[in-house]
Amino acid sequence: MKAAAGRRLTIIVLRYNPREPECAPHMQSYTIEEADGMTLYIALNEIHERQDPSLQFDFVCRAGVCGCCGMVINGRPGLACRTLTKNLRPEITLAPLPGFELIADLSVDTGKWMRAMSERLHTWIHARDDEPDLTRIEERMEPELAERIYELDRCIECGCCVAACGTALMRKDFVGAVGLNKIARFRLDPRDCRSDEDYYELIGDDTGVFGCRSLLGCHDVCPKNLPLQTQIAFMRRRMALVGIKPSAKMGRHK
Amino acid sequence: MQASLANVVKASGDNEDVHFADTVRGGDWGADQEVVRMFVDTAPKAARELAAWGVPWSRVAKGDHETVINGQKAIITERDEAHGLIAQRNFGGTSKWRACYVSDGTGHAMLYAVSDQTIAANIPVHERVEALALLHDGGRCFGAIVRDLVSGLVSAYVAKATVIATGGAGRLYRVTTNAVICEGIGAAIALETGLAPLSNMEAIQFHPTALFPSGILITEGCRGDGGLLRDVNAHRFMPDYEPEKELASRDVVSRRMLDHIASGKGVMSRLGEHLWLDITLLGRAHIEKDLREVQEICRHFLDIDASKDLIPVLPAQHYTMGGVRTRPSGESPGLAGLFAVGEAACWDIHGFNRLGGNSVAETVVAGMIVGEAIADFCDHSQSDITISTGLTHDFLAREEAKIDALLAGTATEDANALRIRMQEIMTEGVGIFRTGANLSAAVEELQTLLKRSRNIGVRTKSRGANPELVTAYRTQKMLKLALCVACGALARTESRGAHFRDDFPRRNDASWLKRTLSIWKSEGDTLPTLDYEPLDVMRMELPPGWRGYGAKDNIAHPDTARRLSEIEVVRKQHATADRFAVQAAVMPYTHLLPERLRGRNQRIEESV
Repeated sequence: MKAAAGRRLTIIVLRYNPREPECAPHMQSYTIEEADGMTLYIALNEIHERQDPSLQFDFVCRAGVCGCCGMVINGRPGLACRTLTKNLRPEITLAPLPGFELIADLSVDTGKWMRAMSERLHTWIHARDDEPDLTRIEERMEPELAERIYELDRCIECGCCVAACGTALMRKDFVGAVGLNKIARFRLDPRDCRSDEDYYELIGDDTGVFGCRSLLGCHDVCPKNLPLQTQIAFMRRRMALVGIKPSAKMGRHK
Repeated sequence: MQASLANVVKASGDNEDVHFADTVRGGDWGADQEVVRMFVDTAPKAARELAAWGVPWSRVAKGDHETVINGQKAIITERDEAHGLIAQRNFGGTSKWRACYVSDGTGHAMLYAVSDQTIAANIPVHERVEALALLHDGGRCFGAIVRDLVSGLVSAYVAKATVIATGGAGRLYRVTTNAVICEGIGAAIALETGLAPLSNMEAIQFHPTALFPSGILITEGCRGDGGLLRDVNAHRFMPDYEPEKELASRDVVSRRMLDHIASGKGVMSRLGEHLWLDITLLGRAHIEKDLREVQEICRHFLDIDASKDLIPVLPAQHYTMGGVRTRPSGESPGLAGLFAVGEAACWDIHGFNRLGGNSVAETVVAGMIVGEAIADFCDHSQSDITISTGLTHDFLAREEAKIDALLAGTATEDANALRIRMQEIMTEGVGIFRTGANLSAAVEELQTLLKRSRNIGVRTKSRGANPELVTAYRTQKMLKLALCVACGALARTESRGAHFRDDFPRRNDASWLKRTLSIWKSEGDTLPTLDYEPLDVMRMELPPGWRGYGAKDNIAHPDTARRLSEIEVVRKQHATADRFAVQAAVMPYTHLLPERLRGRNQRIEESV
């Protein structure tokens, strides 16, 4: 679909800086001319350069790989940098991602949230051997398994899944689809020696996999199309098995 | 990530020696060869350490695979003994398939694996805090004055060792593949000490396949896997120019592309001319497995399907070979206690043109080598520091005064306008093809912009989170860097790697086998002071010669012939010795490596 030439866009931004509480949250409108191939990155920068240098938002890679520009676009969490304006109606409403600490306007602190989640879930390889001999030929891995791990490793921690999650918005200690996906990723990885019992300790309650109410907003909005629905369902089944038979040896063989 | 693991059959015979030669040739003999040796020796260890940390490297599958080589379908048979080991793909300027990869999200997977380890080791990360100036006295760096980008609070970090790891300065240019934050501020604050030199800032790489017009990077893996460049007539033009065709080094391919457009073969569009990248011949299955980011970018930014449609590309700024000059240990030769790594540094493995995949490799390898050096430095009792609170206060007050001046409200210059003009000057005058006249004009206008930048006014008066204020003080710093690039390019009256002078098209080893050093002596200066650090041919393992692609008419250095015959004698003396002994006799380097990284790399074809 080609945008009609010279479309005028009205971009309405929810503005608030919690460090300047005297200025109440409000919606502010900006009008710009749409250009060919315009993305929200281009549009917001144009507003910043020509109309309002005080407007705050975050972009880093502007190519859809770093995950810094998640925001609510017409009510739906997404990456602003790769959202083409031609696919939106001429009135575009932007708001910061909910679920994260607001810095100002469209800028939120996903970094702090992700770090806390990682520290809580121990999202790193728990290797058997702390100091592998780096001169030796590496451990082998089946090519298909490497691809399956990468499939889940593609998460960019943009926070869209958290912003779209009913549970995460109601309870601050829920680890979100991003956290559950990470555990699923390490569980798949033979270099990680943790068992299902170990993972149960991390996500086997309602701050973890049992907090998910299967609304699956996460799956719908994930910009990387991660298979969150199947991963959460799979982890819930594995964790339920551990929970039902706490004494049984449920650890999978790695 | 380039690492000579030699697992795939097209990498058979690869080792440190081959990686070394490719890298030195790629850099057009500008690199520090000892550091290149340290790098190529450590790269396989880095790939293996990353594997242990969880990077899901793409793996070799034994048996037959259909592939595309030089535009033709071909069958490659992978060895049984390589099954399950880390796979390699082809990249430009390399004589073996050496780029280890994770689909086409290699950097992403590496970044997250290292970040995971940071969290595992409980290392604090202060996000959204940026350094404004380095704290230093008597030639010793004591830390940095920093600003919290959320609260606006300016404070001092006092440290035994300070490391700059801020990446490149792509945003000096209007069109760049670099992220928005690659403004070179780390290098700029080193420059502003007046003590720590930057080197080879004129060595700027332009990547052949940036998406047109946004400049988003389309990976070299496209061409490595068999993708072709085509012109307005869908003609594959690179074979008309280069024996290595699409896979000559980036500087050469980018120049050939612009030459081809200048000859009238570009594709006209409303926003200017471009060429095509064709990966349709690789097939949908391959693209969706190994080039999925490319497919995503094409879909989201252009609404096209890369398995059916041609991708519009044009060379764009991509990499800053220059940076904070360092010793092999990573420490600045001008300011003790200051270290730099990665693209922000000029450690100097890339010389005047970096090979694809050598940059991600450098980030991790430098982390291993320089990280070790920093740990040793901090442990050493001589590294203890005493710094007066008065001195810290002076530095703090100076930075706060600069911010006050920007916010004061009397000045009227617009930082955004200055920055955009700087980017245009750099793109037009200090780009792929350079001339003395254009460079002189660029230097002159950049000086004017620098003077004007001293009168930037900021409309948003908040001392807290204030993006306009940030743009203002960063633009002042970026203009100094831009002047280092332009002045270095104007002074260097030869062509070497990515630095190409239309008026001096030959590489001139006789006069220019030296590293440019830029120093900003005084805050009131409007130009850097240039100095030069000669490269010693008599200590080179690989004396200057032809790169194997591009121009052949170099002006030789007087020592080259002498060094070549000297090396020949050494080789004859070691006729029965293994390659390690020969190498050690020609140019010893292992003493520069930390002890734990000195082991020999095992390969399928080479036991330890």
